[in-house]
Amino acid sequence: MNYTGIRNNETIPISTIPELDYSSFLELNVFTLLNTAGSHCVSYFGFPWFDKIKLICCIAKDEQNSICISSSVIDMKQPLPSFSNYKLVFEKFEREIHENFGINYTDHPWLKPVRFPFNRFDKSSNIANYPFFKIESEELHEVGVGPIHAGIIEPGHFRFICNGEQILHLEIQLGYQHRGVEQLFLDKKKLLQRVVLAENIAGDSAAGHTVAFVNLWESLCKFQPGRDLQLSRTIALELERIAVHTGDLSGMCTDVAYQLGSAVYGRLRTPVINYFQKWCGNRLAKGLVRVGKNNYPITQTLADELLVLFEEYEKDFEEISEELFSLPSTLARFEKTGVVTTEQAALVGTVGMSARMSELKRDIRFSHPHDLYPELRHEPVLRNQGDVYSRGRIRKKEIDQSMGYIRELIQNLPSVEAADQLGNPIPNSFAISLVEGWRGEICHCAITGDNGDLIHYKIKDPSFHNWLAMALAVRNNEISDFPICNKSFDLSYCGHDL
Amino acid sequence: MISFILIVLASLFFTGIINRTKSITSGRKGPGIFQPMKDIVRLLKKGSVYSKTTSIIFQIAPSIYFASIIMAIMVIPLGEYKGIISFEGDFVFFAYILGVGKFFMIISALDTGSSFEGMGASREALFSMFAEPAFFILMGSFALLTGHTSFQEIFASMHFGPYISYILGVLATFVLAMITMIENSRIPIDDPKTHLELTMVHEVMILDNSGFDLGMILYATNLKFAMYGALIANLFMGSFPLYLTIPFFFGIQILFAIAVGLLESFTARFRMNHNAQYILALSSVSLLIFLGVLVILGQLN
Repeated sequence: MNYTGIRNNETIPISTIPELDYSSFLELNVFTLLNTAGSHCVSYFGFPWFDKIKLICCIAKDEQNSICISSSVIDMKQPLPSFSNYKLVFEKFEREIHENFGINYTDHPWLKPVRFPFNRFDKSSNIANYPFFKIESEELHEVGVGPIHAGIIEPGHFRFICNGEQILHLEIQLGYQHRGVEQLFLDKKKLLQRVVLAENIAGDSAAGHTVAFVNLWESLCKFQPGRDLQLSRTIALELERIAVHTGDLSGMCTDVAYQLGSAVYGRLRTPVINYFQKWCGNRLAKGLVRVGKNNYPITQTLADELLVLFEEYEKDFEEISEELFSLPSTLARFEKTGVVTTEQAALVGTVGMSARMSELKRDIRFSHPHDLYPELRHEPVLRNQGDVYSRGRIRKKEIDQSMGYIRELIQNLPSVEAADQLGNPIPNSFAISLVEGWRGEICHCAITGDNGDLIHYKIKDPSFHNWLAMALAVRNNEISDFPICNKSFDLSYCGHDL
Repeated sequence: MISFILIVLASLFFTGIINRTKSITSGRKGPGIFQPMKDIVRLLKKGSVYSKTTSIIFQIAPSIYFASIIMAIMVIPLGEYKGIISFEGDFVFFAYILGVGKFFMIISALDTGSSFEGMGASREALFSMFAEPAFFILMGSFALLTGHTSFQEIFASMHFGPYISYILGVLATFVLAMITMIENSRIPIDDPKTHLELTMVHEVMILDNSGFDLGMILYATNLKFAMYGALIANLFMGSFPLYLTIPFFFGIQILFAIAVGLLESFTARFRMNHNAQYILALSSVSLLIFLGVLVILGQLN
């Protein structure tokens, strides 16, 4: 055993993480991934450690409900053999390490930039000289889309290589939204500042990222959250899932010009986010989740209102879903469009909904349950086609599931207990927190220094890996099907760019 | 002359009715039926902005396009009443004067040098090309049936006598209605409301047009709708007296607009590669009409 096995939301002294030399570190992690069914890499990052770099790799074993942590200290100057050569899922992590610290890999497929952080190693690499994949051909043509989006979403540049209407290759260049969130976590010393920062990592996953942060911080401070706290966090996550999934179904209808679906789903989303407004004063659930205290406990009145809301929601939701998933003209657009096979999904390491649509059973609620999920005994919704239809269908099923969970949870409201005093973070520790946001697995890692202050904070948004799955999905599809593929994944730009 | 005036009048409310129908079916109140015209008037008051990379073609194309539609409308009769222009074989003129306008829009889109607009132009050219046989087989069959070759004479001498000719009327309406959807880039062929350049056909071609030019192009779309609506109305008008013809004309236009609105509300658009197949299939419907005409004329034994 040359790794430490921990549970989700567990804090361990950093000295208990075995420090291996790089070649056995590589061997261990690649070996674990290859030989453990249902294992995937949740985070792999480096941070300055004295005058060297310490690499930490976290591999989740879904069946054992444990996360294996191992580490290695390396010299910045020395080129290393890459993990990606054995398992492609490490490709983006290694690009990130290369970009941040200038570590060179001898056999990495392509060390192109990830997000152009402000404190990157090579300042001469910037967004203007991004090395695009190029073609020399008379027959093929390139179409560049963005970075300014035609609608209202975020900036990103998409470059297609097409043969007529058919997409042969798509390259996605991100980094326009980089704000330096991870660095800000270290710079902002007040806890409230940090929570607000977590809320703003990705605006559409406010609940997801904030729950990940507060669970992590409470674990670092050895604070045991009461049942009422856990309840409101679980409900916030599930309500966010309902709201965003409904909005996405509306967006998918808009992109195939199915007006009825677009209008009905759009209308259904509003009462759900308005419920957040009533609950905590913000429609995106900002301000709802806080470390160590519950500012907005669920009262009986709120719970009753939610039941009434669901009753009205469900009636229309089931009716329009029945219509949408049986209408020939929408099925013709959804089915067999943007397919990601199980092999491809496993290869690029997709997480969350984008993994479940290709029959990869990845769901933190099921494999590493936190808050009240252990009681819910969540069973992930799986599809095996990996097309737009699957992604739509999973959303529909997950909404039904989430409504069931919330109904179950609010049957017995716990009394609001006076919370314990929140202590200070334990010095020299490592903590990890995994949360299943609506988009997929959110991973936050923190490392504290001698005086208990943060010395490194690492965030991995589900979009980090899923963007590549989207690029694969559109291959050999028509370029006019790109928008519907994109919408059906609905990935985050700022979650990726941090 | 009378048909020209009626078509212009119908064009004022046609898209307004479509939008209103779509609003009502999606549970919204929706804008007034003259809102599209108000938008166009606002655009017409504005100046245009031209990109430095474009040439004179880009600047003259909207005017030529608009003029081509006006010319086409002049050919259209109202039952027995001739259009402003009427001569033997004027339906060929009708199709190709529209083609001239379209040709200029396509090269003006290419003129901008944008990769999107080139894509839209290639789609528009393909779809129009496929729609052409459907129109000519349809008109050719009617010419054969009536023995005349101008719109006015064809429509004036068309009588729905034997039961089979009713079927022809229905099929012809279907073909003309679908050609309208193709020519005007509406659902299920194209989605005029989309914001996604990659899926657009006609909309992406006019991304660079602004102000007065854009106003002309948008109004031309309204005129085109009313023009095809008038063609459909003509199919059934025969030799009605004028006091019946005018209400009938508006009735058909309003019904047509509502039908378009309903179609756009309850279906999704086609996948792009299905468009070409679908448009080609229209030609086979036209061939059915041709077959029907042969049956009526007794030339099939």
